[in-house]
Amino acid sequence: MSTISLHDTHHHDSHDDHGHHKETFLTKYVFSQDHKMIAKQFLITGIIMAVIAMGLSILFRLQLAWPEKNFPILETFLGTWAEGGRIKPDFYLALVTIHGTIMVFFVLTAGLSGTFSNLLIPLQIGARDMASPFLNMLSYWFFFMACVIMMSSFFIQTGPASAGWTIYPPLSALPTAIKGSAMGMTLWLISMVLFVASSLMGGINYVSTVLNMRTKGMDLWKMPLTIWAFFLTAILGILSFPVLVAGVVLLIFDRSFGTSFYLSDIVMGTQVLPNEGGSPILWQHLFWFLGHPEVYIVIMPALGISSEVISVNARKPIFGYHAMVYSLIGITILSFIVWGHHMFVTGMNPLLGGVFMITTLIIAVPSAVKTFNYLATLWRGNIRFTPAMLFAIGLVSFFISGGLTGLFLGNASLDINLHDTYFVVAHFHLVMGSAAIFGMLAGVYHWYPKMFGKMMNSKLGYLHFWLTFISAYLVFFPLHFLGLDGVPRRYYAFTEFEFMQKWLTVNVFVTWAAILGALAQVAFLWNFFSSIFFGKKAPQNPWDSNTLEWTTPVEHIHGNWPGEIPTVYRWPYDYSKPGAEEDFIPQTVPFSQTMSSNMPHDFEGNTEAEQIQKDWEAKNSKPDTDKLV
Amino acid sequence: MSLRKFISNKTIAALAVVLTVFANTSVFAQAADATAEAVAKPVDMGPVYKTVIFYTMGFLLLCLFIAIIGKALRVYELTREAQDKPAGINWNKVNGTLFALFLIVGLYGVYWEYTVHGNMILPEAASEHGKKIDQMFNITLIITTIVFVLTHIVLFVFAYIYKNTGKRKAYYYPHNNSLERIWTIVPALVLTVLVLMGFLTWRSIFYKIEDPNNKPLSIEVTSSQFAWALRYPGADGIVGKKNYKLITAVNQLGMDFTDKNNIDDQVADEMVIPVNKPVRLILTSKDVIHSFYMPHFRVQLNTVPGMTSYFEFTPTITTEEMKAKTNDPKFAYLFLCSKICGEGHYKMQKEVRVVSQAEYDEWVKQQSPYLTDDLRKEFNMPVTAAPAANAADSVAKDTAAVKTNQLALKN
Repeated sequence: MSTISLHDTHHHDSHDDHGHHKETFLTKYVFSQDHKMIAKQFLITGIIMAVIAMGLSILFRLQLAWPEKNFPILETFLGTWAEGGRIKPDFYLALVTIHGTIMVFFVLTAGLSGTFSNLLIPLQIGARDMASPFLNMLSYWFFFMACVIMMSSFFIQTGPASAGWTIYPPLSALPTAIKGSAMGMTLWLISMVLFVASSLMGGINYVSTVLNMRTKGMDLWKMPLTIWAFFLTAILGILSFPVLVAGVVLLIFDRSFGTSFYLSDIVMGTQVLPNEGGSPILWQHLFWFLGHPEVYIVIMPALGISSEVISVNARKPIFGYHAMVYSLIGITILSFIVWGHHMFVTGMNPLLGGVFMITTLIIAVPSAVKTFNYLATLWRGNIRFTPAMLFAIGLVSFFISGGLTGLFLGNASLDINLHDTYFVVAHFHLVMGSAAIFGMLAGVYHWYPKMFGKMMNSKLGYLHFWLTFISAYLVFFPLHFLGLDGVPRRYYAFTEFEFMQKWLTVNVFVTWAAILGALAQVAFLWNFFSSIFFGKKAPQNPWDSNTLEWTTPVEHIHGNWPGEIPTVYRWPYDYSKPGAEEDFIPQTVPFSQTMSSNMPHDFEGNTEAEQIQKDWEAKNSKPDTDKLV
Repeated sequence: MSLRKFISNKTIAALAVVLTVFANTSVFAQAADATAEAVAKPVDMGPVYKTVIFYTMGFLLLCLFIAIIGKALRVYELTREAQDKPAGINWNKVNGTLFALFLIVGLYGVYWEYTVHGNMILPEAASEHGKKIDQMFNITLIITTIVFVLTHIVLFVFAYIYKNTGKRKAYYYPHNNSLERIWTIVPALVLTVLVLMGFLTWRSIFYKIEDPNNKPLSIEVTSSQFAWALRYPGADGIVGKKNYKLITAVNQLGMDFTDKNNIDDQVADEMVIPVNKPVRLILTSKDVIHSFYMPHFRVQLNTVPGMTSYFEFTPTITTEEMKAKTNDPKFAYLFLCSKICGEGHYKMQKEVRVVSQAEYDEWVKQQSPYLTDDLRKEFNMPVTAAPAANAADSVAKDTAAVKTNQLALKN
């Protein structure tokens, strides 16, 4: 405790001393060390990357829907990759690869965790800034460089990496196997190393900030679920991302220095390669050791955000706060021992398949608990449908739909026939893609007033939600059935197979739905960027929320709170407490001011406080609060 | 969405003008020509509908329309406010109702999907273990569908019923341990059942006890970019050794002909397998990882360079029977590649025919051996003389089919 208060005073003093020094454009907007600015940098970069990745998906959806048609405009923009207005097969694979990479890593990891961990951790736990603002700044700039390098691969002759976002060697290791494995793959690998460095710097910062810099009274069990989610996500990232780097470094060695970590017994055409003794399966183990925790790195912040948003807007405490935290912890631990379910049919020892199936299906239990708790939170609530709330409810829906199909894929026996089909595509786009994006959008709508001091237009928000929600289901629901018909993913065209012909019309439908979904994002982009400049000024606490971030002034200041950091007295979910005058009691309000609404369990066994409460209730005349402080 | 919308409309209009100019001058020269033609002869609008500019303008028009609606709503709300009437549109009610509507339409959509697209999926499994997989799939499907429908009804009905009306206060209900225990334990139990079933099926697929009376037929599958090569074991029933270092233009698989088991190994253009006889697939790859996937038989396993993997299954329905069952005279079994392997990934396929034992015996006799004259030279074997092999018939076939061999190898 003493260290915390020391730290606080130090910051407080220095803030007063240097409060008047001038910030240049460069230090304020570019090389900013303020967590709020860094959060915005992450968010806007993430949005730009998301728009790019969405554009790529529309390109390959065009190809899937109309494999025989020419789109002259494509040649205008893509040149030889779309000669005659038709995307080439290798470029198609590059599109799906980069779409996946950007969405998973750059949007849903950095864009989501980077934005909201940075914004909310200091604000919600009551800290002046991150533990290491400089590291935080570096984290953003590494991420930025990773984005630039990844995108630069579109400007080289051989094109971007195209071995799928999982870049399984030998395909990714041999430039002779596919064009994208030349320079494009090198850039992919460099970009990924930078990205992981960024992610680690961020993660270390988040963990140390949460552990060391909570304000007075903010013990772990008083933290909002958002912070729990970000905290556990950061731990997951710190423990799993280095494994990806290890894998990537070995792959760089294989590609550039003639080693054989992943390569053995390979003949390209008739050319026998000298590599011996490696195993392509090793890469898959290393990759999925990150790759599976990665999907929880993507979804957990979204779940944390939706917990907060649902509770605030249902005007009810989140149901089963402890269960929510324990299920997050359960997911965190279990996610390290399920990676093998991506490898059931790789020829891995079948014994392992059985083991990984058991661990995988166990992880469904905490996920189910979370879902039921969300439903229970809505029960008898007083739901305000802010755009954020709509997206949070959408997340719950996607999480259920996509989570349930996970029961098929997690079952090794069923996975035999579903592996690498469109069923998988449908599954993860619902549970990881759509759900996590909806969590992110819920967060943007909810904390936009905190980020920019302006309100977004809620009606455009409704429009955005309904179009996106409907189109996401229209896109991904039919894809399950393609998978059940045995249509493999990453197929350039369905024209080569007789049995796939019947899905062509479905593909056209799905593409139109995807275009609808993409156009709906224009409503969001317009809303987002125009509200920065023209939005209504945000009030102090627009959603009548309990958490600490709404006690900071609307105009941002370095150090967050002008005076002392407020002290926290209660958990963040005292909404609609019986006996209270309003339907929310911020965390900063002591129990002594809310005598009429206190409950026995609020005092956590503090007998003295309980006695005072009893005395008060016995008197029960006029609330004489001042004496009791 | 107030005045700024009008500014935005101007911006949009300006953008549209810029786009039009851009499109007409450079990119869409063709399109512009087509448009000009269309102006001259107003009958032919076809090419216009195909231009990007047409759709861009359409979208911008739509944006304008939405902006106008937004503006109208704003004006309506402002007048209500000015007249001191309660706010015009209760958006909580609108959104709550939309959720209820979404539930109804969505449930119908799910029903439609299950019945229409659900009927387009794979026919019943054509293998022994596939039946078990299908059975488990159905059980999982029933459980998940029930949960899916119930939770969504609860979710959207709650959203509808408990929307803010300004009259109620929410019910303070932070936790209920027994309720939470129930919905931890019930999913856990259901999952335990699923895990057990899955585990047992998985074991029965990959840990087969060999039936001495019905020994499996070994077939080797070798994948490369972007073709499959099949190797039948020949009369001895054993697929011979191979070594990737021996691969040449002639010896495509790298078969080691010092191993006698290789001498009678046969090449095949399609996979023909006898019904009700176990087939043991030996899966290998020459270059990158591919995935051997036979959807109708519920068989899939990756082919990995440097690692041989095995999958054993027993086909139970012949191609002819399946034609009758699916009511599709063109029906054919096949296998394909389901692991991204390069630009020809979407083309890798081969046909599979399941036939009676007699038909199979007839067919297999006609398949030519891998060992050709060229290969004999390479391995310093006598070219025309019969090799000292025990299997007399295979020898006869060797010599007889030398010429067809060469043809086959070229394929």
